[in-house]
Amino acid sequence: MGMTMTQKILAAAAGLPEVKAGQLIEADLDLVLGNDITAPVAIHEMDKFTAEGVFHKDKIALVMDHFVPNKDIKSAQHCKCVREFACKHEISNYFDVGEMGIEHALLPEKGLTVAGDVIIGADSHTCTYGALGAFSTGVGSTDMAAGMATGKAWFKVPSAIKFNLTGKLSKWVSGKDVILHIIGMIGVDGALYKSMEFTGDGISSLSMDDRFTIANMAIEAGGKNGIFPVDEAAVSYMKEHSKREFKVYEADEDAVYDQEYTIDLSALKPTVAFPHLPENTKTIDEVGEIEIQQVVIGSCTNGRLEDLRTAAKVLEGKKVKKGVRCIIIPATQRIYLEAMEEGLLRTFIEAGAIVSTPTCGPCLGGYMGILAEGERCVSTTNRNFVGRMGHVESEIYLASPAVAAASAVTGRISAPEE
Amino acid sequence: MKASGTVFKYGDNVDTDVIIPARYLNSSDPKELAGHCMEDIDKEFVHNVKQGDLIVADKNFGCGSSREHAPIAIKASGVSCVIAETFARIFYRNAINIGLPIIECPEAARGIENGDEVEVDFDSGVITNKTKGTSFQGQAFPEFMQKIIRAEGLVNYINQKE
Repeated sequence: MGMTMTQKILAAAAGLPEVKAGQLIEADLDLVLGNDITAPVAIHEMDKFTAEGVFHKDKIALVMDHFVPNKDIKSAQHCKCVREFACKHEISNYFDVGEMGIEHALLPEKGLTVAGDVIIGADSHTCTYGALGAFSTGVGSTDMAAGMATGKAWFKVPSAIKFNLTGKLSKWVSGKDVILHIIGMIGVDGALYKSMEFTGDGISSLSMDDRFTIANMAIEAGGKNGIFPVDEAAVSYMKEHSKREFKVYEADEDAVYDQEYTIDLSALKPTVAFPHLPENTKTIDEVGEIEIQQVVIGSCTNGRLEDLRTAAKVLEGKKVKKGVRCIIIPATQRIYLEAMEEGLLRTFIEAGAIVSTPTCGPCLGGYMGILAEGERCVSTTNRNFVGRMGHVESEIYLASPAVAAASAVTGRISAPEE
Repeated sequence: MKASGTVFKYGDNVDTDVIIPARYLNSSDPKELAGHCMEDIDKEFVHNVKQGDLIVADKNFGCGSSREHAPIAIKASGVSCVIAETFARIFYRNAINIGLPIIECPEAARGIENGDEVEVDFDSGVITNKTKGTSFQGQAFPEFMQKIIRAEGLVNYINQKE
């Protein structure tokens, strides 16, 4: 029986000729990731291991991104704990203020994630690197600790859902709309424990930034990972960013899938997920009149250069509506710099938006844009759960950078054409 | 080994942001986290939960963030077992890795109400609703996961192996 792309990567990492869905395996890891929230818990667990040290100082990435620059004393203590650990174990990929960016934008940019890798990260959006043809999945802090100590992790080999993408996206429709459409279709547990394997001739028209966004939100459908085939665009991205060798895996022609869906990209419209679940989707024409008080453009989902370019195109020569706070967060220092050189930051500031240093900040209700009771926000982030960005009586509407920027101008959820 | 207590019942898609909101993630102290457990979905939980009580929920319990603080907060609040129709996969792994007993059982999720007195026998997987006089067969863990649970978590399991 044939294997899926994910199964092939896992078989190779486990040193097995073949694996089957449901099989428990132990795989070698190419990268173990943690951040300023999850790493301190993992570091505390590391003390309990009888074996000392880490498995490989170059295969661990520690990114201080959630609450930095530190928002309070407790978060500063957490960062200090990780900083001391990184120093003690000479972790080469430790990224602190000045070098840091939002982890899932930063690591591909730094060339630390490539096709064929097996990656675990103590952050649920670790599935982002599937855009490059890697197997990557989110785990908790104890798994991270075990990964740092042993270089291995246990997995139950997942079955898969195949998404055959055809056609080409229309103007103002992006990867965010593709993944929101899919989550709306299959639900927040539609891919529970499974791989989401994307395929089809529509993929060649998707930019790498679109693919990162799509793979990033596989977890919002419950998926174990999301993965794309490695085409010319992926190869050229990796060659530009990484010196590491990569390995290309392809699904067998007779691979078995639990379900198959075909999605015509040209038929998709800008899509918005209503509170309080990413599956509560409506297309922009079904939204109705919804007034908003805040817009957030950023995060590991949509804080990349292309996202900022789209937002700037919408905001160019316009003003953020009085009474709306528009917060724009480039995901990494490099993206920040490129946005500055392209003049995007000037466009944002002249429109009346603010531009922040890279941080996860408001996405998870940390800081930099917390909502008050009854307030509504259009956000390019990934979750709109109860209380996620602040007060339990506040509301988050998930959308693309184009819809978010248009909504900032009108003060209500709006189509970019407006 | 058995667990026994009063049930706190919740619905579908209880996410890790309501189990432990991110505004408290500047701490990793189990006791402090337990003080805010379930706060955004059930303000009374922390005042009413007693040692040994159970959480029962419907589909996709623990969806969202990978924060291990969620099962840590539940365990530190005294909850002896979480029963759900299904669990989100990262929560499932985390619970096993830190030694919080969890059982998938759709029939039990449907047949147990808030406030019921429930007993769980971990060896047989049998869940008994003492209030209603009904019982359910929970799914057994694969052998490998049972070893991690018996070792009381992943770290001990790895230490024993070496």
